[in-house]
Amino acid sequence: MGETIAAVSTAYGEGGIGIVRISGARAGEILGCLFCRPGSPGRGARSPGIGETNAAKTFAFQNRRMHYGHIIDPSSGETIDEVLAVYMRAPHTYTGEDVAEIHCHGSVVSLRKILEKILASGAVPAEPGEFTKRAFLNGRIDLAQAGAVIDMIRAKTDRGYDAALGQLEGRLSAKISDVREILADACAEAAVNMDYPDEDDAAGDEAAARSVEARLTKAKAAMDALIATADAGRLIVEGIRAVIVGKPNVGKSSLLNALLRESRAIVSKTPGTTRDSIEEYLNIKGIPVRLTDTAGIRDAETDLEAMGIERSKDALRKADIILLTLDGSLPLSAADRKIIAELAGRLTGDRADSECGTVIAVINKRDLPEAIDRQALALLLPGVAMVGVSAITGEGTEEIEDRIVSAVYGGKARKGESVMVTNAAHKSLLLRAAASTEKALEMLRIGEALDFVETDMREAYDTLGEITGQTVTEGILDRVFSKFCVGK
Amino acid sequence: MTVKAFGETDMYDVIVIGAGHAGCEAGLAAARLGKKTLMLTISLESVAMMPCNPSIGGTGKGQLVREIDALGGEMGINIDKTFIQSRMLNATKGPAVHSPRAQADKQRYHEQMKHTLEKQENLILRQGEVTELLFEEPLRVTGVRLRTGAVYGGKTVILATGTYLNGRIHVSGFSWPSGPSGLTPSLILPENLKKNGFVLRKFKTGTPARVLSHTLDYSKLLEQKGDGNISPFSFMTDDPGENKRSCWLTWTNEKSHRIVAENIEKTAPYGGYTTGVGPRYCLSIEDKVSRFPDRRRHQLFLEPEGLSTEEVYVQGMSTSLPEHLQLAFYRSIEGLERAEISRYAYSIEYDCLDPLSLTGALEHREAKNLFCAGQINGSSGYEEAAAQGLMAGVNAVRRIDGKEPFVLDRSEAYIGVLIDDLTTKGTDEPYRIMTSRAEFRLALRQDNADIRLTEKGRGIGLASQDRHERYLRNKRETEEEMRRLGGVVVPAREAAEFLGRLGKTSAGTTDAPVTGASAISCGKTTLAALLKRPEVTYDNLREIDRDRPDVLAYARKQAEIQIKYEGYIDRQNKQIEKFKKLESKRIPQGTDYYSLNGLRPEAAQKLSDKRPVSIGQASRISGVSPADVNVLLIHLARKAEGGKRHGR
Repeated sequence: MGETIAAVSTAYGEGGIGIVRISGARAGEILGCLFCRPGSPGRGARSPGIGETNAAKTFAFQNRRMHYGHIIDPSSGETIDEVLAVYMRAPHTYTGEDVAEIHCHGSVVSLRKILEKILASGAVPAEPGEFTKRAFLNGRIDLAQAGAVIDMIRAKTDRGYDAALGQLEGRLSAKISDVREILADACAEAAVNMDYPDEDDAAGDEAAARSVEARLTKAKAAMDALIATADAGRLIVEGIRAVIVGKPNVGKSSLLNALLRESRAIVSKTPGTTRDSIEEYLNIKGIPVRLTDTAGIRDAETDLEAMGIERSKDALRKADIILLTLDGSLPLSAADRKIIAELAGRLTGDRADSECGTVIAVINKRDLPEAIDRQALALLLPGVAMVGVSAITGEGTEEIEDRIVSAVYGGKARKGESVMVTNAAHKSLLLRAAASTEKALEMLRIGEALDFVETDMREAYDTLGEITGQTVTEGILDRVFSKFCVGK
Repeated sequence: MTVKAFGETDMYDVIVIGAGHAGCEAGLAAARLGKKTLMLTISLESVAMMPCNPSIGGTGKGQLVREIDALGGEMGINIDKTFIQSRMLNATKGPAVHSPRAQADKQRYHEQMKHTLEKQENLILRQGEVTELLFEEPLRVTGVRLRTGAVYGGKTVILATGTYLNGRIHVSGFSWPSGPSGLTPSLILPENLKKNGFVLRKFKTGTPARVLSHTLDYSKLLEQKGDGNISPFSFMTDDPGENKRSCWLTWTNEKSHRIVAENIEKTAPYGGYTTGVGPRYCLSIEDKVSRFPDRRRHQLFLEPEGLSTEEVYVQGMSTSLPEHLQLAFYRSIEGLERAEISRYAYSIEYDCLDPLSLTGALEHREAKNLFCAGQINGSSGYEEAAAQGLMAGVNAVRRIDGKEPFVLDRSEAYIGVLIDDLTTKGTDEPYRIMTSRAEFRLALRQDNADIRLTEKGRGIGLASQDRHERYLRNKRETEEEMRRLGGVVVPAREAAEFLGRLGKTSAGTTDAPVTGASAISCGKTTLAALLKRPEVTYDNLREIDRDRPDVLAYARKQAEIQIKYEGYIDRQNKQIEKFKKLESKRIPQGTDYYSLNGLRPEAAQKLSDKRPVSIGQASRISGVSPADVNVLLIHLARKAEGGKRHGR
């Protein structure tokens, strides 16, 4: 049988508590060796050692019950930490094996010492993702579900968590299986047409082709719908990058603060106070947003500033959302126009690095009389949304948030219950399958025989199977599990 | 029972039991590879007999025959000499499913094959009924005993018993022991096999009635002629021959269906008289009527059984109705109103083995040196039987010579698909090959069987030098012609004009010339590039291919297909690469599946039983899920790491 594995399952660093997890046939035995209940005899009077039978001791742990006690060093009898420990019997555990968890104080020293003792008692260190791999191998979860675990661990907001949880529950798998079912039917229909040539005539061939085409169209639509969720899905899980740009002293830092509703960036009336980019995480209606305030984009006056400006331009290149901040109380200045020209160049694709996120023009200082020429602005940046705000009072920030959300969802509001593709590998497989299906459809339209078309149909079917693990390919597991951190 | 020694004259390298389509190929292959071979059959009158349809080939089956031929087998040559009508099925579809099919003159087919066997060096064809296999421990076959008491020693034995093994014919509620078409069944051998621990199971098949040609009203039947341009089965056949008879088409009607429906409990299966499992793809009329009650008619072909007989085969209409109802049923069909029946339809049950008990070389896993081919392996069809016969014959010889088994994989041949399906997936009904079973069918075409297999056939010693040279010449000419077509430059204007003319002459492609002409708007193109267009064929390309040399018909066809479908073929080759990767991941034979963490017990059981040689094969075993295969992959990966961490 496989070895018993152990690892620290919480993030490294100082935390309130930390968890060490053990999985495998010897999990209970090892826990029994190290765990001591309060008032029990024998701190130092060693409990049954490794290799000796520990049935009695393991038995003392009630299944799925938290026990309070201490972890002791079995060789010296020294107390390592005060802990809560739980023992969960197979098969109804995360990995499908016996699992023990020790909840201790979250210090690195405590966690490391406890893990050392567990390893000294016969467990081996878990590889990255090995707990989840075992869960998969023991049939607790399928491959898409395993992938979802990664996303869940990484999810930064509730919405991301929900999407990942949806996958973990098998919703994506179910959806993919539905599409595969349609493709399987199409393949079967093509097969009948190939193998029973005497059963019908040319009209029959034509009817079969049209029927297969209808099935493929349906499958393609379902795949496209899933793919359409992928970008939003990625953004939800990984977060989007938003960047605030504008000439100095238009209130960029104030805007950041307004959005954060707390003071983090340095705010000053002297132009150029913010010399470097400042990053903050925001939770905008369930979407994690990484917001960067940039040093003003203008010609560098000092080397130090030049560095900040380089970084700003870099942030601009990577941004999904660009909040162009303008001072509404003043007419457009030359500096504003320069920045606008820069963005317009990106938006229209005149420049080489023309890939550009969605631009939202934030017209600040709504609390003062408006002097900016909105029409001129609309001409310079056609189609760009304009939002009037007051960074000082916070007025209008709600609308910015709405604009960001609708940019993420492509204008369509979405509810949390729809299945989303949040994993880049899944998206690329879906794209491949959709491309094969499209190829098959093209072939059908130009009247190519079904036996050719079937090759592409089968390709799509197999590719989708890679998402759920129904198609066996070399290295599929490594691809999935290599993304895990140790302890999951 | 152990037999210690045989006299010199009674000792053979290979003993083949049965002289049906499997037995014939097995015996010929073994003898042609230089082994002293004995073929035993209950009746010499039934050598290469066709007890069911009088035809060779069809979808999937035609490809099998071409492959048998490319390897050096006999079936293709035999049918080319004895066919009376030939057609390429699916000719309007892609080349991957083009399937040759020919009506045989049954009597001549039998005689031709029998004569070939009789003349074959190293081969003795003899009448005799085998009643016992002789074994020694650990289980290894050593010879056979006949009903006459005679004993022959054989280093290897090939079982090709067809429907003779415990054969039982059913007509309505009546049944009796019988081989096909009233021949003597083999009743003692199955008892002997059971005694030796073989587990036998019952399959069933059926055949329709034969009617007399002069009692049919041809004015009411639709004629189906043979092809004007006949494609022979054998790569060795120069003279394609000619069509001598037509087939005829008609349909059942509601009256016919009523007769069947009202009397369905009088048929053997619906009356509960048989238990054998029949094929789903070859339904009896009672099955058709009960399973598809909405179909108002079923198509049927009337196929002549030969030149020297009036008998006509009523394709697709097998039944086990009582005789008088059969007559009423057949006579309800348009054109058959006055039909006289010469042989009534029947279904036949027979014993066979579970092919999962065989290796990919068709050798029995437990009983060494015992090979099996044809219906005993759960297959159905002459072509399927012949393909297995050839492979069993070759592998029996290689067993004697201590050579690696000769196994074709799924990407190399339909033969590979057939044998892999049988021995890896198993079958619960008589197994028929189909093009849809071959996932790489774009590569496994009937036209390129020689390219795929003749070199291999030469390697194992079965394909003659003559065949090999022919193949090399074909290949060389094809390559030259492809090179030439790729090199001949056509000015853009001429190409556009040519495509424009094609558009005007070929109806239904009215928009093709427009796109065609505009696609070649500037510069120049080549003949090969033009040939890739759907409306262009090698033949109509002649118009602008003025200096076309005289090229072998083979090379013309092959160059056209390879150029035209290059994109598809390339994609298929990529899929084949993927497939080969999993096939080449070998699983150590000593693997203890029960010890693999994460493998479900059911999967461990199946894997322990089958002992797959590769991950690819493991993934095709029913009851082994993709997750199980992933466990195997991880296990192999860990092993490959050499126990980097655990030293396991």
